[in-house]
Amino acid sequence: MSALTLNCPVPAVARDHVSLGHGSGGKLSAELMRDVFLPAFRNETLERLEDQATVKLGNVQIAMTTDSFVVKPLFFRGGDIGSLAVHGTVNDLAMGGATPLFLSVAFIIEEGLPMETLRRVTASLGRAASACGVQVITGDTKVVDKGSGDGVFINTTGLGLTPEGLYLSAGAARPGDAVILSGFIGDHGIAILAEREGLEFETQVESDSAPLHTLVAQMLETTRAIRCLRDPTRGGVSSSLNEIAAQSQVGILLEEEAIPVRDEVRGACEMLGLDPLYVANEGKLLAIVDPSDADKLVATMRRHPPGLEARQIGIVTESDRGWVTMRTVLGTTRIVDMLAGDQLPRIC
Amino acid sequence: MRYVDEYRDPRIAQALVDRIHTRTKKPWVLMEICGGQTHTLMRYGIDELIPPKVELVHGPGCPVCVTPIEVVDKAAEIAARPDVIFVSYGDMLRVPGTRSDLFRVKAHGGDVRIAYSPMEAVKIAANNPSKKVVFFGIGFETTAPANAMAVWKARELGLKNFSELVSHVLVPPAIRLLLNSAENRVQGFIAPGHVCTVMGYWQYKALVDEFHVPIVVGGFEPVDLLEAILMLVTQLENGQAKVENQYGRTVDYAGNHPAQVIMEEVFEVADRKWRGIGTIPMSGLRLRDEFAVYDAEKIFGVEALEAEEPAECIAAQVLQGLKKPIDCAAFACQCTPEHPLGAPMVSAEGACAAYYQYRRHAASLKCIA
Repeated sequence: MSALTLNCPVPAVARDHVSLGHGSGGKLSAELMRDVFLPAFRNETLERLEDQATVKLGNVQIAMTTDSFVVKPLFFRGGDIGSLAVHGTVNDLAMGGATPLFLSVAFIIEEGLPMETLRRVTASLGRAASACGVQVITGDTKVVDKGSGDGVFINTTGLGLTPEGLYLSAGAARPGDAVILSGFIGDHGIAILAEREGLEFETQVESDSAPLHTLVAQMLETTRAIRCLRDPTRGGVSSSLNEIAAQSQVGILLEEEAIPVRDEVRGACEMLGLDPLYVANEGKLLAIVDPSDADKLVATMRRHPPGLEARQIGIVTESDRGWVTMRTVLGTTRIVDMLAGDQLPRIC
Repeated sequence: MRYVDEYRDPRIAQALVDRIHTRTKKPWVLMEICGGQTHTLMRYGIDELIPPKVELVHGPGCPVCVTPIEVVDKAAEIAARPDVIFVSYGDMLRVPGTRSDLFRVKAHGGDVRIAYSPMEAVKIAANNPSKKVVFFGIGFETTAPANAMAVWKARELGLKNFSELVSHVLVPPAIRLLLNSAENRVQGFIAPGHVCTVMGYWQYKALVDEFHVPIVVGGFEPVDLLEAILMLVTQLENGQAKVENQYGRTVDYAGNHPAQVIMEEVFEVADRKWRGIGTIPMSGLRLRDEFAVYDAEKIFGVEALEAEEPAECIAAQVLQGLKKPIDCAAFACQCTPEHPLGAPMVSAEGACAAYYQYRRHAASLKCIA
């Protein structure tokens, strides 16, 4: 068959404009990084593509990360944009093994936002920061015309200290390593979806938004044989594991039966045609660890609230390099692909 | 979780697999009609579990995939208008038209919204009287009653700013087309469970009698599909051809009567073009004349918009079960979900997308994205 016979309906995927999929954490986001940002800013630290940058300043290792929060609705079951803006950045630092210390907070506020809403968000952000033991030490405010924003957008930048000699990396996974997940997946994404305007879907699911740095500190005390930590936020568990498989050039084989999903989340996903593996989390982590320390690590995690449901969900393999695969409940194997953009609810 | 776990139970599945192996003596070609069923077969690797003699080919029942390219163009044109709020089921947004898609229209400032039900679009219309609200009314018999109800409700509410861009298709005429084709290889069909939840399965009796081909109404879980395969193989090995219902927990013979009534009231059967296949006589639904004021094609004057699809596109062969996605030279090379060349790669339910998403590592492909 010649390629010439394949001029079927012309592709019209937007490449000349940014589409929402570019912000999904999937392949389009990776493309944006590769084609636009990396060429403009190229340096060795950025090229590692970790959740945080770790740099040496004199005798100390500093971790730095930044994240913007554009969640709608601003308040949701289990959290709000304020607490989320703290947890998201604290967790990105924690995934590098760093102790979070300082935050900057920048608000982009839409004209007309009720002052009361701003106060509630700010108070929640402040409470979350103190609970995490981090200080907000600088910030910025901009106000945009009505219609140019969505209530309020928040950017937080975090600074932390990484223990001497610790270097966790998505490129460090080795065949044989255990893949550990800290708990139920998909809670945040489904909690948000359930509250979105127009989706008449009732569920009691709460966002799992929570800081993970104390859990990580306990984990690092238990073993230094952790290769990599990732918090599977947008794009879900699948995107994080695909990044690790690609950057480490290893395969990752998951056991479908081992992956914990709450019944409410499963039910919502079944109805909406979504796969929990691609749904966002805001208080979960994935750990890649030397197999001999896996049980010990799980035991430690299970003693700390964000890790009570921790378990091994798969292994790192020599075969299928660059792929994440899953042994299904029926014993067959399938790919767990990285999505192009956001998951789209199916028609029927 | 009830109604899910028992239909994914590995022991029940294995028992069915064993029975299929015992029952199968001759080679058979079976087709699942619905894209949701294709998705499950690929996701659970069911084709790996059944005997190699039983070949599964994938049918045209992905509503997103078969929506004609000019309808996507019409949608994009309407959605780009500043006075319009365009509301659609989510998976239509990425479908490429000839020049654009709804995501792109949205990126250029069009007000395109995702809904889970057309009734949400009616609500949006009621709340936005200064805007024209258009719902993208596509799909098989499954979505038709709800889409009909939205139009009916808009009339009841006296809404002047609601319309639907309708491109509905029907399953039985597509099966008839496949069976009439000289190239047809399919010897048994798994009929789409959700379509039959609405329509029942009385419509399939005529096909079974005329073509002496077994049809089993099947569900969407692995155990459903294995059971449907077992029922088809059993009929074929015994030389039988009858309609059977595997999906009895939601489907009965007559179907959902109130749903059929509302469809009948709002829509009438008409010729429809299928993307990748062409026009099939009396294979779709359009708004009845008395509902013409809710017809977005008329309101926005896009009726005449035409777009050519090359007849040689392999999508046509894939949608008719003549070729497998991996038979295509472009599969996973030039053609990926990010850059779909053809309809079956566009929606997650399309056969090409299902292969791409779940199985492409196993295929010996020179080119993998």
